[in-house]
Parts: sequence; structure tokens; C-alpha cells
Amino acid sequence: MTQQPTSDSVTERSVETVFRLEYPRIIAAVTRTVRDIGIAEELAQDALVAALEQWPRDGVPDNPGAWLMATAKHRAVDMVRRRETYARKLAEIGRTLETTAPPVEPSAPDDIDDDLLRLVFTACHPVLSAEARIALTLRLLGGLTTPEIARAFLVPEATVAQRIVRAKRTLATKNVAFEVPYGPQREARLGSVLEVIYLIFNEGYAATAGDDLLRPALCEDALRLARVLSGLMPKEPEVHALTALLELQASRSAARTGPTGEPVLLKDQNRSRWNRMLIARGFTALARAEAAGATTTTSGPGPYALQATIAACHAHAHSYDATDWPRIAALYAALAVRSPSPVVELNRAVAVSMAEGPAPALQIIDTLTAEPALQDYHLLPSVRGDLLLRLGRAKEAAAEFLRAADLTQNEQERNWLRTRAKECAP
Amino acid sequence: MPRYLSLVKIDEATAPAEGPSPELMQRMGELIEEITKAGVMLDTAGLTPTSQGARVHWQDGKLSVTDGPFTESKEIIGGYAVMQCKDMAEALEWTKRFLKVHEEHWTVTCEVREIAEG
Repeated sequence: MTQQPTSDSVTERSVETVFRLEYPRIIAAVTRTVRDIGIAEELAQDALVAALEQWPRDGVPDNPGAWLMATAKHRAVDMVRRRETYARKLAEIGRTLETTAPPVEPSAPDDIDDDLLRLVFTACHPVLSAEARIALTLRLLGGLTTPEIARAFLVPEATVAQRIVRAKRTLATKNVAFEVPYGPQREARLGSVLEVIYLIFNEGYAATAGDDLLRPALCEDALRLARVLSGLMPKEPEVHALTALLELQASRSAARTGPTGEPVLLKDQNRSRWNRMLIARGFTALARAEAAGATTTTSGPGPYALQATIAACHAHAHSYDATDWPRIAALYAALAVRSPSPVVELNRAVAVSMAEGPAPALQIIDTLTAEPALQDYHLLPSVRGDLLLRLGRAKEAAAEFLRAADLTQNEQERNWLRTRAKECAP
Repeated sequence: MPRYLSLVKIDEATAPAEGPSPELMQRMGELIEEITKAGVMLDTAGLTPTSQGARVHWQDGKLSVTDGPFTESKEIIGGYAVMQCKDMAEALEWTKRFLKVHEEHWTVTCEVREIAEG
């Protein structure tokens, strides 16, 4: 029994909603059959057109998602058969053609998850550039349209469209297998998947350009991807750790900007505006990461687990001063061993400044000023300015804040840094 | 991506006294797992009967407390879900799927409201 046929516009909206919800799983299942993401997308669109024709006429099926999935799969099977028939005919007239069509076995529900995971690993494949991986992941797994992605990253639509087309072509020409890697390969490839989600989140969390400090929609898209991945790979500690890190970071969103959109530093944030539900979810995910980590034989917590533990330290503290700074400094030191980077050192310096005072922190910072990777990184002079101010060197601090203001691409941050410079040297 | 609160309302008078059947619990468990794996479900729970609850009322500057059960109410809140969805249409789609796992003798209303941010 189906719902009564309703007005066309209502049905149309509902078709589109169901389609968007089911899109990643449909693409994943169909790709496994036709072995080409571009063709899978076309077949999925065909199923959407069929639904838009039939549902307003016959009513919405009881299980609309399954209907779309079945329709897309049927078309995929037909296509593979046509290819095989074509190949046979060619063979009959004395030529051969390689067909790569795999046998199509019926899929169980947990197969769908596997297909989805195959799609995740394919979209995040290292043969693609980071930009291409991000665009493809948001398109195929985040269910974002090309214009939505373009808006989120402040680039022209044509650029994103081209990135996606090229990415799909690269996957096809390089014969990238539609599979979840296993063995030693898996860890390296998983790193690439986690990095894509993390980059998407960060672009939303610390918008590198434009007028707004935060683009929350992008954070939420990344968070949803992380949560989905946690469901797909429950045994992987770093997957849970990334989810924990993002839940905890996102819990502070509302407190990170002031009334006019200016940035509010961690120490000045109103902690009652931190989202307790997200904090609780972050703690749960971190506990899962620790439990999964206890059963694997890796050497201690991974980089995301260390970062999530740092975020948890902040979430546990009722005030900036009550934060366990020595522990955070130690965690950054561990992170510097696990995955050394100038940005990690910069963060470690901030923690050291709180645990031991500004002088030892300035020593760490001054080893970083020659780092080529940080030459254009506005947070380096911004932190340095902060430390100089705390050491009573206001004039030097003002110069650092102005340098930071010139480096940032973010309008809100620039205004705020200029204001800070003025306050130091009136 | 906004968050939505779905308030699940049931008629305590007509709801099966023995509560949800094992089959319903199984179907609901599977669905909730699916919604969680989709990265949508943030929090969900059922509430104990209103006989164990109370209402605290503020009117004309005076407080009053009424112990449950709330027999005068046709519908009472039996549970809730907090979901993060792209839009209201998606929240309603998941809500419909949640309602469809119930047997026909249930009368359930889900009031879906967007959580105000900021």
C-alpha cells in the first residue's frame, strides 16, 4: 500500500529529498556494478527522472529509498549486459574487446556499507589532488551540489565542475580499483581519507578567505562525513578520534565569534555557550577511540587521538585559567613526535606560555620565525605579539599584530588584529 | 545544517499497556542505527510514563506543582530525537520512516521543530 497521490509539487520535493538522502549509497552500489563513477551518476539521475515521472502518478512507494536504489541498479545491470552483448558480437566478427564488467551478485544490507566505504576510499584516492578529493567527496558523499561546493570554497562554479570532471577522468584512466584497501596499504590510504574530512572541517572552522570567520555549514558537512565513517569503520581508533576532535571543536562554534562577527579568543569565550551535547558526543567518540586503540597494536595514540585529547582538556575546563595547561603542553610535545609540524610547535608554544609563562614560549616561537612553511601564516606573528605584550614589550607587540593583519586573508580577523595593534601602542 | 528536535507524542490512554512489541523495538533499533550511521541522529531517548513525572507551573507570579499522570492531556511526550539535517524536508523524511516502523494500532504524532542557533 502506498501513500495517496499528493499534489505534484509536494511529491517532487519529497522525491528530491529522498534522492539526496540516498545518493551516496546509490552511487556506491551502482559504481560497484559499472566500475565508473561518472556512469553511476548518470544512472542515478535516470532513476531520479523515473521517480519524478512515476511517483506523482502512482503515489510515493512505501520504501522510496529502496525503490530508487532498485531502479538505478536495474539500469546498471542492463548496461553491463548490453556491454557484454556488444563484446560478444564484436568477438563473433573476429575481434576481441576486454570487458571489465564484474559479475553482479545480490547485495545484502551490510554490502551497502561496504560499497559506501569503497566510494569513500575511491573519492579520497591519493592519485587525486587534495582539491579534487575534497570536491569529489563533498559531491558524492556529502550530497552537495556543484554550486554549493563553489559557494563554500569561494571559487567559481566552473572551477569546481572542472575539478570533479577531471577527478573522475583520472580515476578512470588510472584504473583505480573500486575497493577498500587492506593490509599495510589501508593505514596510509585511511590517512588520506581522514585528511580530506579534516581539511573540509578546517575550511569551515577557520575560513581562509572571505568576510565570515566561520562557515558552519562546511563544518557540519565534515562532521557528518566523520560520523558516517565512524559507523563504517568502528574498529579504527583514528576514525573515532577524528570524529571526537571535530565534535569537540564544533561545540565551541557559537562562542568563537562576537556580536559583529569578530573572533573571540579561547580565553575570552563564554563557556556557557559551548554546546554540551556536542561535548558529550566528543567524549563518547574519544572513549571509543581509546577502546579501539587498546585492541590494536599501534604505538600509542595517533595524531587525531592526541588532538582530540587536547580538545577534551579544553572542554573539561570551566575557565581558561582552570585548564590543565601542563597536560596540554605534554600532549603537544607527544604530537610533535608523532607528526612534527611548525603549526604543532606554535600550538605547543601557546600551551607552554600558559603552563610556564611567556618567556620559555617566546624561545619556542623564535625558533619558528625562520620556518618557510610559516612565512605567510598570520597566527605566528599574532601569537608572538601576544607573548611580547605579556612580557611588557608593547611596541614590538603592535608591530607583530600589524604584520599578522597584513598576512590574513580574512576580513574579520584583519580588523580585529589592527584594533589589537592600536590598543598596544596608542 | 540545522538541528531539529522531534517530540514524539503518544496518547497514553490508547497506547498498548505492555508498551512497544519486541518486533517494534527491533525495527526501531535498526532504524535508529541507520539514522545514526547516516550521521544524522545526535541524541534520542524514550521517556518514562507521566505517572512518574511532574509539571511545574508559573502563573500570576505563583508556582504550582502537579504530579503525573497527566490524564487530562490527549497527547503526552513519550520520547524525543535530535537530528542534524540539511533542511526540514530531510528531517521530515527521517521522521516518516520512524513512524512507519510502528504497527497500525499505534497513534503517534511527531512534532518536528528547528532548534534556534546562536
